[in-house]
Amino acid sequence: MFGKLTLDAVPWHEPIIMGTGVVVVLGGILVLSLITYFKKWGYLWSEWFTSVDHKKIGVMYFAFGFVMLLRGFADAIMMRTQQAIAANGHAGFLPPHHYDQIFTAHGVIMIFFVAMPFILGLMNAVVPLQIGARDVAFPFLNSLGFWLSVAGGILIMCSMWIGDFAAAGWVGYPPLTELGYSPTVGMDYYIWALQISGLGTTLAGVNFVATIMKMRAPSMKLMDMPVFTWTALVTNILIVAIFPILTATLAMLAADRYLGMHFFTNELGGNAMMYINLIWVWGHPEVYVLILPCFGVFSEVIATFSGKPLFGYKSMVYATCAIGLMAFLVWLHHFFTMGSGANVNAFFGIMTSIISIPTGVKLFNWLFTMYRGRVRYHTPTLWTIGFMVTFAVGGMSGVLLAVPGADFVLHNSLFLVAHFHNVIIGGVVFGCLAGMNFWFPKVFGFKLNEFWGKISFWCWFVGYWLAFTPLYILGLMGMTRRMNHYDVAAWHPYLIVALIGAAIIGMGIFTNIIQLAISVRDREKNRDVTGDPWNARSLEWGTSSPAPFYNFAHIPNITSLEQHWDDKENGRVGQVTEPYTDIHMPKNTSVGVIMSAFGFILSFALVWHMWAVALIGLVGIIGTFIARTYNRDVDYYVPAAEVERIEKEHLAALQLKVSNA
Amino acid sequence: MNAPLYPSAFEPVEEIDLEHDSHDDGSTTTLGFWLYLMSDCLIFASLFATFGVLEHNYAGGPTGREIFDLPYVAVETLLLLVSSFTFGVAAYGMHHNRKNMVLGWLAVTFVLGLGFVGMEVREFAHLIADGTGPDRSAFLSSYFTLVGTHGLHVSAGLLWLAVMMHQTWHFGLDGTVRRRLTCLSMFWHFLDLVWVCVFTFVYLRGVL
Repeated sequence: MFGKLTLDAVPWHEPIIMGTGVVVVLGGILVLSLITYFKKWGYLWSEWFTSVDHKKIGVMYFAFGFVMLLRGFADAIMMRTQQAIAANGHAGFLPPHHYDQIFTAHGVIMIFFVAMPFILGLMNAVVPLQIGARDVAFPFLNSLGFWLSVAGGILIMCSMWIGDFAAAGWVGYPPLTELGYSPTVGMDYYIWALQISGLGTTLAGVNFVATIMKMRAPSMKLMDMPVFTWTALVTNILIVAIFPILTATLAMLAADRYLGMHFFTNELGGNAMMYINLIWVWGHPEVYVLILPCFGVFSEVIATFSGKPLFGYKSMVYATCAIGLMAFLVWLHHFFTMGSGANVNAFFGIMTSIISIPTGVKLFNWLFTMYRGRVRYHTPTLWTIGFMVTFAVGGMSGVLLAVPGADFVLHNSLFLVAHFHNVIIGGVVFGCLAGMNFWFPKVFGFKLNEFWGKISFWCWFVGYWLAFTPLYILGLMGMTRRMNHYDVAAWHPYLIVALIGAAIIGMGIFTNIIQLAISVRDREKNRDVTGDPWNARSLEWGTSSPAPFYNFAHIPNITSLEQHWDDKENGRVGQVTEPYTDIHMPKNTSVGVIMSAFGFILSFALVWHMWAVALIGLVGIIGTFIARTYNRDVDYYVPAAEVERIEKEHLAALQLKVSNA
Repeated sequence: MNAPLYPSAFEPVEEIDLEHDSHDDGSTTTLGFWLYLMSDCLIFASLFATFGVLEHNYAGGPTGREIFDLPYVAVETLLLLVSSFTFGVAAYGMHHNRKNMVLGWLAVTFVLGLGFVGMEVREFAHLIADGTGPDRSAFLSSYFTLVGTHGLHVSAGLLWLAVMMHQTWHFGLDGTVRRRLTCLSMFWHFLDLVWVCVFTFVYLRGVL
């Protein structure tokens, strides 16, 4: 019944883990009792957890990402502290096995459970509004995909207190991850957490490609789509193309561990390099999955706050598509040292260098957009300019690493660690926070506090440079990644500076939270009644803030690449020319939550070899889904009178604003 | 946020008229299902690629020539190919609104699919009983996983077929049932196509 699970699985003797556990349990009890005290369970369940509204799912993705960011950052600061202490004979405070779990969890959580939820959250909140759609193509799958990701996140969190987590690095290279060398359940947690959340991501990818291809306002041609939607399209095509490869690869690793197969083992003909090829055929496009939507965010932000149309829209679209295509031709640069020979390495090195060309095109486009613009320095603008400076350096160190000869020296050094944090923090994190500050009023109806937003930016910006510049230098000095302790005295000062940098990033995260709290407190002061607080350009700003749950009372007629700007220029904002009609909308459903709960049971049981429980989980998933297919009551119509009431409210607020001005 | 409206505040609309269903007409579902099939295709592509890399890693164990029974697999193949044809006949019945014809031919398809899965299970059981299971060599690991993943898909297809037969019988050939039958037929033909590749690249190349 309980498989391998016994009470000994809990690391009772680890004070750090148990201490964290106590804090999490107490915090959890506090949150749960507050919800109970304020009687918010019904509200949360019916308005949020079971919601199929893409805007709410977007918010939930963001909230999920933020919670996991705290966990991922806690891992980061522990690693930095360990390396700042464990010099010259000191062992530090983290024993090697625990330290190995922490760097693995940090990578896995930051990519799969922070960056991906942020990206999916932004796309959920914005894409349907930008294309004039009332929802995504498959609202139920949207909810299911989100909850599957959450199930994966919970599974990873469980590994902290029940058993252990993988200790083999965030991409889980065999043969180290085979049963012989990683006999604990840590690697199994890794496999099943990624399988279940990866399934959710694939569903999201299918959903958004179908949404963008089929749900656009009929008059919107592909070349009328805002750049963010374009980047979302390419990103989701990449998701559909690569996540199945991850699924297959992890399934094969699981077959090795569970069924004694020999895909990637050292014995009986297994080939570990096959795994490493496959994981990077997924892994390299994955980084473009993360960065492309952020490029989209920066494009929207920079055009809006420069008060000019985006420079080179078409070249931006082509550059995005080119990056999407070339993403598949560079994976081998993650292991030039495999020994594929000079010709193969040269091909992938050259392809990697070439991919910087479309990226450069984008950077110049943003600069030319700002050129002779009247740039307004709001928080999103700061994130964008900070990104341009930071990302340019990260891109250049990437091109340096793309030279196979140089890579042989720098492979697995801290130079590499500095490079990918340079592009991921400087690109993805800055992009997501820019997007959050930019679209927050559209989703919630009030602006975020500018003062704390700017403080947060400067903490992140300074913190990033202070934390990772020393890592570049250390890499050149020969320090490899993932070291638990070291005895080179010359490295020590740099690692102390890196710790200070990480602490400043921590202040950045803390001030983000302050910014959110203060903004909620002052929400009436910062309320946006116009729906267009930034004097922005694309379609989503033509709706009220927050947008009504049906998004558009009338499907918009697209006349321009910058539809909302065009409407403002031609006095079409707030003009209603057609009568209101009934609107067809999907009903909320709890099936996504229930299926994901069974999915969690299934994966947890598989981790611990509880076969009977696993069967219950599997039957639960399938049974719930089949039961849903018999439910014919999945949609409803919003009556025209109700639409009219909601719209008139918004128009009245708009008129009041105009007459006061 | 504005107080959102409870969906239950409105009377549900009884009939779903696909002609005026602006939310999800059949073509969006079909495109979405195509996208899913392509992603599934990439799972098979990864398994084929791995098989291609590992197919000669016998580790002293048996080769494909020694264990594959080509006539047996040819019968399996025939069952699956014919089941694609019978599904096509069911789809013809669907387009002509003949419910009983659909039910009958779906049942024939189900039996043929079940025969295929049964033969595959028997083949696997024999191999494992002979000590040539998936843990014997990398070649056998990749063979069992590739063929088994296909078999698992066909089994899922059988479950789906059973559900759709019940829904056709229960709801009749309405818009939703038609849309689902269309997706299922795409799934079934897709599995047929994958099997053609399995037969060619695994069995024929292994033996010839």
